[in-house]
Amino acid sequence: MRYATRLVPLWACMLLSVAAQAAESEALKAGIFNPAREAPDFSVAGSDGAPLVLSAYRGKVVVLAFGYTSCPNVCPVTLAVLAQAHRKLGALGSQMQVIYITVDPERDSAARLKQYLAAFDPSFVGGTGSAQQMAAVRKSYGVTAEKIGAGTDYAVAHSSFVYLITRDGKLRALMPFGHKADDYVHDISMLLN
Amino acid sequence: MRLFHKRPWMVIAASTAAVAASGAVAWAAFAPVTFGSREETFEIPKGTWARRMAGNKVEILPSRIYLTLGIRDVLLLKNQDDVPQIFGPTLMMPGQSFRLPFELASSYQFACTAHASGQMTVVVDAQPGNPWQRLVWRARRIFRAVA
Repeated sequence: MRYATRLVPLWACMLLSVAAQAAESEALKAGIFNPAREAPDFSVAGSDGAPLVLSAYRGKVVVLAFGYTSCPNVCPVTLAVLAQAHRKLGALGSQMQVIYITVDPERDSAARLKQYLAAFDPSFVGGTGSAQQMAAVRKSYGVTAEKIGAGTDYAVAHSSFVYLITRDGKLRALMPFGHKADDYVHDISMLLN
Repeated sequence: MRLFHKRPWMVIAASTAAVAASGAVAWAAFAPVTFGSREETFEIPKGTWARRMAGNKVEILPSRIYLTLGIRDVLLLKNQDDVPQIFGPTLMMPGQSFRLPFELASSYQFACTAHASGQMTVVVDAQPGNPWQRLVWRARRIFRAVA
């Protein structure tokens, strides 16, 4: 009986955890993974000159986007929306980190990524590396990228959604393209709280 | 008319059909549109990967999915197989589910390696708010089911 009584707080915690997860999945604007898995870690060259290691951002909500600096329409829109969301978050913005992984490592050097991202928000960090390295990162997240055209003026058709990674490194949600800054503010605030 | 005089059962049959058709149209226009759940669920059953590896063509997810705001506006994908799967817009681990709500009526394109076209489209219709819209919504639903 004493043993059973000792288990009561444990059961209560488990129930609360399940209830919290259910409530969160009902409330987020993004698509939710259940159960959330560990976000695949990676180490690539960062646009700030230092290695970009995903797990180094534990403690922050990471907003992970894939794209390339020559992208004519999807990436500029996504990054502008994320920059707006970052501003709208105010003080909470310091607890969010946008990471932009290139799907075009051939053209996107660290310096080019830095210059490109600074136009949207100087806090954004870009990641690049060898073609194999970047392909491995894409594969681990299920992101597709296909080169279209030849020469130096090619395009890359790529997945346009954005991943939301919790403070403890869990791949929790996926925001499809087309959501507004307020939706990101809503979900990031929820994940931070 | 003469035909009807000779065969009164035809009058009865025609009247019954007309009443039934009117009733069906009235029901389609005025009955509220409801579903048991707002989730449209698709599941990868256990053993799908093995069946694919054996050369069987396994189609789980249609290339076009229709949802309706406020009624059935959540896409729920479940991977019950033993291996990770690219399912709809995302990579899903075994036992994992992905729940994607929609809040805007539109047509959404997702890259999807499970389809020959490489794309999956989710069409989200607006919620039918009046009798005419309900009628159109139901007619479109029948048309999509048979098309």
